[in-house]
Amino acid sequence: MNSLILTLLVFSPLAGAAVLLFIPKEKERALKTAGLVATMPALILSGIILIQNALGADIERFSVSVPWFKMGNVNLGGEYFFTVNYELGMDGFSLIMMTLAAVLATLSASASSFIQSGWKGYFSLLLILETGMLGVFAAENLILFFIFLELTLVPMFFLIGKWGFAGREKAAWYYLLYNGIGSAILLIVIVYLFGLTGTVNIEKLMDLAGDFPAAVQLGLLLALLVSFGVKLPIVPLHTWMLHVHVQAPPPVVMLHSGVLLKIGAYGTIRIGIGLFPEAFQTLGTAIMILGTVNLLYGAFLALIQTDFKRILAYSSVSHMGIVLIGLGAMNEAGIQGAIFQTVSHGFISALLFLLVGVMAVRFQTTDIRELGGLARKLPKLSSVLLAAGMASLGLPGMSGFISEFMAFMGIFLVQPELGAVAAVGLILTAAYVLRAVLSITFGKEKGAEGSLPDLKWHEAGPAWVLLFLIISVGVFPNGLAVPLQPAIETIMKGIGG
Amino acid sequence: MDAETLMSYNWMLMMPEFMVLGGAVLISVLDLLLPKKTGREWLGWLGLAAIAGAAGVLFFLTPSETEGILGDSFVLDGFAKLFKILLLGGAALIYLLTFQEKKSEITERSEFYTLWLTGLLGAMFMSSSRDLMTLFVGLELLSISSYIMAGLKKKDQKSNEAAMKYVINGGVATAITLFGMSYLYGITGTVSLSDMSGQLQSLETADHLFVLGLSFLIIFTGLSFKIAAAPYHMWVPDVYEGAPTSVAAFLSVVSKTAGFILIIRLFYTVFLNTSILQGESMLMNMQPYIAVLAALTMIIGNVTALKQRNVKRMLAYSSIGHAGYMLVAFASPQSPLMFDAIWFYLLAYLFMNAGAFAILLVIEQQTGSAHLDSFSGLYKRSPVIAVLMGILLLSLAGIPGTAGFMAKLTILLTAFTNQVPMLILASIMLAATVISYVYYFRVFAHMFFKQGEAEPRLRFHPAAAAALLICTAGTILFGIFPDIL
Repeated sequence: MNSLILTLLVFSPLAGAAVLLFIPKEKERALKTAGLVATMPALILSGIILIQNALGADIERFSVSVPWFKMGNVNLGGEYFFTVNYELGMDGFSLIMMTLAAVLATLSASASSFIQSGWKGYFSLLLILETGMLGVFAAENLILFFIFLELTLVPMFFLIGKWGFAGREKAAWYYLLYNGIGSAILLIVIVYLFGLTGTVNIEKLMDLAGDFPAAVQLGLLLALLVSFGVKLPIVPLHTWMLHVHVQAPPPVVMLHSGVLLKIGAYGTIRIGIGLFPEAFQTLGTAIMILGTVNLLYGAFLALIQTDFKRILAYSSVSHMGIVLIGLGAMNEAGIQGAIFQTVSHGFISALLFLLVGVMAVRFQTTDIRELGGLARKLPKLSSVLLAAGMASLGLPGMSGFISEFMAFMGIFLVQPELGAVAAVGLILTAAYVLRAVLSITFGKEKGAEGSLPDLKWHEAGPAWVLLFLIISVGVFPNGLAVPLQPAIETIMKGIGG
Repeated sequence: MDAETLMSYNWMLMMPEFMVLGGAVLISVLDLLLPKKTGREWLGWLGLAAIAGAAGVLFFLTPSETEGILGDSFVLDGFAKLFKILLLGGAALIYLLTFQEKKSEITERSEFYTLWLTGLLGAMFMSSSRDLMTLFVGLELLSISSYIMAGLKKKDQKSNEAAMKYVINGGVATAITLFGMSYLYGITGTVSLSDMSGQLQSLETADHLFVLGLSFLIIFTGLSFKIAAAPYHMWVPDVYEGAPTSVAAFLSVVSKTAGFILIIRLFYTVFLNTSILQGESMLMNMQPYIAVLAALTMIIGNVTALKQRNVKRMLAYSSIGHAGYMLVAFASPQSPLMFDAIWFYLLAYLFMNAGAFAILLVIEQQTGSAHLDSFSGLYKRSPVIAVLMGILLLSLAGIPGTAGFMAKLTILLTAFTNQVPMLILASIMLAATVISYVYYFRVFAHMFFKQGEAEPRLRFHPAAAAALLICTAGTILFGIFPDIL
């Protein structure tokens, strides 16, 4: 039974999508309900596993591994030569990421009332996307990882291209091509490793990869960094992501910035550092510099944008810089900060994009010059927006603070000069967040005339949940830190720390 | 050879070929005997029955070891059987599409079916032949049948042009192939591939080696015509565009498979064991040339496909690209996965391409053109067909979950398990794949994002619909369980 749970968790949204096919496309209400309900099993199951894990149960017993297929009829060396198993499993890190994906999927399905038409296709794609996201974090081997990763590519292309804003088709193409190239590079690494070792199991590869010549390790790691750098995104591979964040429908952006960007971070940590810790250490300073560039570049550009969506898009670029800084530091604090940032930014950006969606529907604009004084008209929206802004700029007591604190502690331990430069980014962050949030909520009243509805229940619900999660992580970081600890220890063991 | 020797052969080995031949003969005789006014469509089912019968017999023929008749010029081994499965399966699946072709366009129905079977017969002979003569006869039987089939829409100018181009180009290619083969015969004095291989092993002098290398390249160039690869790919788009769509599908699947059969049969038997001066075999020595051709084929096919607005031409260029991918596997002769990779790719290609052609055929019939615009708004008109087309296109693009992905994965792995891993070739292959996303997904964009004209729903002949369903099912099934066979 235990071995079925993960499979159920990962594929339940897909089963939901199959059920949706049988609902007539005119039945709007039924489709929306079914779409929302189909995201629940994954949420409930991940919640159960999370609680069991918190109670001290061993989550490795949920792992599953059955023979799947083998390439050719080769039997040259050992039992697992060129065989690929269907193997899912998890540790604290992947469990948290899976939970994040499940939570955001449910919230995003609930916030999908923005969608005007084609609910059947929309929810089916959203559910396929969810299976892809959950699978990426559950995959124990590289082929499965890749398959699930690509499973997110196609639904996203359609979700952006069909349900997005005016420039949606161009954004969909940007998404497809950039991520296609990223995936192609990843596939080369995977198949190269497969051809060299005869296995794609991540754990087995961790044992074997250390024996490769240093140059090969470095080359493979660089390829991985480019590949995941597209997803993360690392400047200058980030241009596609701005289009997507501005043009895609808000519930989809919630998932995209909340989970899909994090796959880049997850992959870098799990595969990049996991397989090639020594090579990663060699590149440590370079990665920290890249992170600093990301942080400052994103923050500077966010400062001069006037469209709130673009501000948030650049802010995502900037915040992903913190992940890189933490990883580059290669010490416990840094890695912890990077992982915390991965999770925390997932909640914060999802919340912000949810609010952006609400504003876009109410006012038909997200330009901060045309919005103002919302606090009087829409107090609930404004208060949540202020809180989200505070979380984003890293106010103590919110999740963003913990992650930034840890990541910067990491960098100051190894490269204090670089840390000082990077710290400028934090000031800039405060500047652009405050500028945007304050000009929307306070000041002269602008925007559409007449009375507009404040947050409706299906918007307020997800918002409160996210806010609750942000604050609880901020106040009680151990809730995250404890399940993450074993995973971080594994990484530290890999780098000999 | 007296009658007794003749009778002593195990003719059962050739039974599948006899079935196909019998079908062809039966159809043409019935065509002669039947009154002029009687419809000929039902004869098609006879042909299908012949193919099915051949497949059934083949299924029970399990050679424990290589068995040959007629002085080993015809053999049935594991290789022949595996590839015959592909040929018969592909021919049968695409055969179903012929029922969809309009009666008014292809008037000579019984000839059509006969030629289909003789073409298939030629291909089957190639997969079993062990000497140059039978190889060449099989090749010509397939080629000549295809030339005529390409021109079967007699009143259509493009079809006439296609047949003309095909026959001229094909004639040149055949001549080149034959020229190369004549070198082989000249050096060894035998047409039997196994004897030839034995003779060549003891070849030492550098003069002969030069001639041998030349013959390799000449034969390869000639055969690149059949598999639609560079440098002999120019005919592909024009012929595909002009020929009846089911024939284009036949060319892209059966004919291509036959081309690969010929290449593998010939080069593996003859050139793999030829130790040339440094103790390396000729095939390995030629690896760089094959790799360059593979790279060129992938790049030319995929980049040119980008410019196409006619989906039929786009599929033609994409078929050039796919030939390039398969050549990547062929350029890795030392990889233990080479055979599997090419075979599985051809299998995946059979399903995804035949399916795409089925939908293209129906759309072309309804709108009168294969232009991208004919696909606009297909999702609104026929959502199921649009989704099926989507799955087939995803497979052609090599997205996971489909047979196309597994096939590409095997090829990539082949390139990396070669003695010298071919990183550059594999990178070119993936770059070409990303380029191919653009034109495959462009069809998506038209089907799902664009508004089309209000056309009625698509009408499928039950046979074509069955073919489409089998193709899609196969695409998904082999994408998830590639080990099933």
